[in-house]
Amino acid sequence: MEMDFLMIAAGCLALSGVPGLVLGRRGMLGRWIAVGMNVIGSCIGGFGLILQFKNGGMSQLTFAWSLPIGSFSIGMDDLGVIFLLPILLISALGSIYGLGYWRQSRHPGNGQRLRFCWGIMTAAMMLVVLARDGVLFLMAWEIMGLAAFFLFDTEDKKPEVRRAAWIYLIAAHFGTACLFATFGFLRLASGSFDLWPQAAPDLPTWITTTIFITGIVGFGVKAGIMPLHVWLPGAHAHAPSHVSAMMSGVLLNLGIYGIIRIGSFLPQPPIWWGATLLVAGTVSGVLGVAFAIAQQDFKRLLAYSSIENMGIITIGVGLALLGRSFDRFDWIVLGLGGALLHIFNHSLFKPLLFMGAGNILYGTRTRKIDLLGGLAKTMPRTFRWVLIGAIAICGLPPLNGFVSELLIYIGLFRTVGADVGRSCIWAALAAPALAIIGALAIGTFVKLIGVAFGGLPRTGRAEHAHDPSASMIAPIALLGICCVFIGVVPETIVPMIERAVAVWDFRAVSIESLVPLYWFTGVSVALVAVGMGGFLAFRWHRQRMPVATAGTWDCGYARPRASMQYTGSSFAQSISGLFVWAIVPRKAIAGLSGLFPGRSRFRSETPDPVLDDALIPAFSRSERVFSWARPIQRGPVQVYVLYLLSALLLLLLFAGWTG
Amino acid sequence: MIQILIAIFNSLMHIALLVAMPPLLLGVINRTKAWFAGRDGPPLLQPYFDLLRLMRKGMVISVTTTKIFQMGPIITLAAILLASLLVPMGRFDSPIHFTGDLILFAYLLALGRFFTTSAAMDTGSSFEGMGASREVTFACLTEPALLLAFLVLVKLSGSLSLTPMLHAPLAIGFRALPMASMLLIGAGLFIVLLAENCRIPVDDPNTHLELTMIHEVMVLDHSGPLLGVILYGAAIKLFILSAIVLHVIAPFQTGILLIDWPIFALEILAVAVAIGIVESVMARLQMRHVPTLLIAASLLCGFGFLLMLRHA
Repeated sequence: MEMDFLMIAAGCLALSGVPGLVLGRRGMLGRWIAVGMNVIGSCIGGFGLILQFKNGGMSQLTFAWSLPIGSFSIGMDDLGVIFLLPILLISALGSIYGLGYWRQSRHPGNGQRLRFCWGIMTAAMMLVVLARDGVLFLMAWEIMGLAAFFLFDTEDKKPEVRRAAWIYLIAAHFGTACLFATFGFLRLASGSFDLWPQAAPDLPTWITTTIFITGIVGFGVKAGIMPLHVWLPGAHAHAPSHVSAMMSGVLLNLGIYGIIRIGSFLPQPPIWWGATLLVAGTVSGVLGVAFAIAQQDFKRLLAYSSIENMGIITIGVGLALLGRSFDRFDWIVLGLGGALLHIFNHSLFKPLLFMGAGNILYGTRTRKIDLLGGLAKTMPRTFRWVLIGAIAICGLPPLNGFVSELLIYIGLFRTVGADVGRSCIWAALAAPALAIIGALAIGTFVKLIGVAFGGLPRTGRAEHAHDPSASMIAPIALLGICCVFIGVVPETIVPMIERAVAVWDFRAVSIESLVPLYWFTGVSVALVAVGMGGFLAFRWHRQRMPVATAGTWDCGYARPRASMQYTGSSFAQSISGLFVWAIVPRKAIAGLSGLFPGRSRFRSETPDPVLDDALIPAFSRSERVFSWARPIQRGPVQVYVLYLLSALLLLLLFAGWTG
Repeated sequence: MIQILIAIFNSLMHIALLVAMPPLLLGVINRTKAWFAGRDGPPLLQPYFDLLRLMRKGMVISVTTTKIFQMGPIITLAAILLASLLVPMGRFDSPIHFTGDLILFAYLLALGRFFTTSAAMDTGSSFEGMGASREVTFACLTEPALLLAFLVLVKLSGSLSLTPMLHAPLAIGFRALPMASMLLIGAGLFIVLLAENCRIPVDDPNTHLELTMIHEVMVLDHSGPLLGVILYGAAIKLFILSAIVLHVIAPFQTGILLIDWPIFALEILAVAVAIGIVESVMARLQMRHVPTLLIAASLLCGFGFLLMLRHA
């Protein structure tokens, strides 16, 4: 039953952009149909998820298809709910947001394509989660990856957009290639393409090791785990903001989804599986957020912050894998539960922030933080919700990010509990690392809030900014309300998480028995109450005393100007200074010379060390080395058809010879 | 029955000390510094007079600022107050304690930092931005030290709540490894205390040059009651972090209720004297050397952790 709803929803989403293709470029109708189908499809799918949540268990459907391998087999369990819910939610909210953000009249050339690919991608993402057959999974994965490419490449008139999308395409296919190996070996290990298999007890180690490594790399590319994140910052920065919201909030989750599924392959994985994830998560978390704070482009900042959050999630998954290795289900519950909750939370606050960033971009036409300022006054409604998103993403109480980080923290702390030997105690060191991540995240988002929204407008762009229409505020308001709700009463969402964890490990105990969440609810309510009470008392007190207004204290300087305010780059400089071993900013200073030097310029940017300093030089070198192979790539289609034909003939010969 | 009454009494004492005592610490620190400098110094109760005076004053609000500027100090104080209810005093239980409150404690302080620094950025002043930048930078180095110290205490106590964790040192007795470990994290936590409360050698609360300040420069624009709220919150933070350090380095008790409370109060004044001595005999570090000191705090706590593992 629930499968029917989900299939109808997927179909509805997949087709949502099609009417717009036919209805012409100028009309409004195509847009409204697309939005309507997205919203209706999401509601139908949501209904299916509610049914699944009510009935529980695992449901599966298999259809015949004409391909020689695999089958169209789809299924649904409680783990899938955590991933499907954000897909549906963000696809509906994102399409509503796109109504104002990507107006057909402003973007006649690519609006239709965007809506078409949007629908295809959401449906493909649903299929990825639902697929219960390896071949189907890979097909859905590839469709999703290609649709994402066209979405990233929406503004393909701009060279930097093409470059970012191109890097994404290469990275995505590198990941898919690894996944081909993963699924091939899974088939070898289990004898069929059915997902998700459990390992046979006497499987050789090299097979499981290969499955794990190729799986981690293949899914890690999609999740953006360092150092596989190279495609992520550029692609997110250059995509339209609601596309970035979708990619960052939902697409990355699917990489984690794969890692979680691969993690359940072995009943008792070797310790290094969990350790690898723990280390990878820590590195992504710390460096991701360290790079985030060094960014000057706020969408790149948010993109790096996604890498950080994927790192936190990976830490949780790594802890859960260690729990499997050591047979500790409290680690499993807290690690995986925290990771799943963080995935869900991240797909609330990251789309919120990306759409908020879209509002800023819409209102000011710039992505440079240092050109903004004073937006709290000119864009008050955007400011309100972005502030909530920022507090949530920093993991601060009383919002939702805190709850998920709390679970992971407690899980990590339990590795040093009195009842554990010394064997796994190093895992606890991820807790101080998580503290560093938290402190850096505060720096990052205080920079964003403080420089973009606080102070005076630094340029005319910021001065004349204004809040967009309601269709671009309502989605972020809804997401903000969800963040507050989950933060204050996490008990409402925890049963869903517990059941998802139980899919992974059926012995799982309840989260509530490990962490008394009601206490946290109590303190959150008290915090809000004391804060509000204090503010009201202050307001009351303020009316009875003289209040003067003046300019900000300028330390005696006579003519302060807006451009003298502390910029985001200066704010970030002292933190970047702690990471000189990783962050090497490129600076360009036109030197001053002569007695009366003319105008001078200073420019600095923060390149990505993996992409700009390692991969691109390596690729261009290999391009030179392999230049002799150029003549093969001649260009005309006929030549490639010839190649295909000869390859087929060779295969036939090979088959005839061996068979 | 009598147990409940004692628990209520202890909670009331906790709250009473928490509300009334923190400014006295500032007074003691100032008197200690004055004594070292050969001055008479301000009266011990001067911080209370200052707070009362600020609460009665009017204020100046910059036209640049938004609601964040006014909300910042209030939310910070609310967060610190709630955090202070989680920390036990002396051998007594804290009014609220539950599994995982150590994380809540650390993150409530972080919430305060978020709003203090955001309020500073809200004014658009370069100096306040500079202070905010330094504050978040140094926090990146003190947070891991705090969490490492918590790891040691979790290992020692086998519990994930601040009250049993901080009471665990009471039961150590004279075993060398845990004592050494406590000394190490005690030193680390003392550095965290100095850094988080912006004392010398990290920051000089009495400095006169905006360029070299950290905490004081972030609140340059706050005046009147808002400044009072900030100073009061800072005093409470000093008080609770001192209480944590005390648990680790001086776990004494007599077992008699009416003696242990005064002992705790005297101990915490002793910490204030110690801070005053540190402030008197040291110069503040150059800003670029501060990270070294804070990393040393993390290393001390890390070595404490290693020793604790050896013990287990």
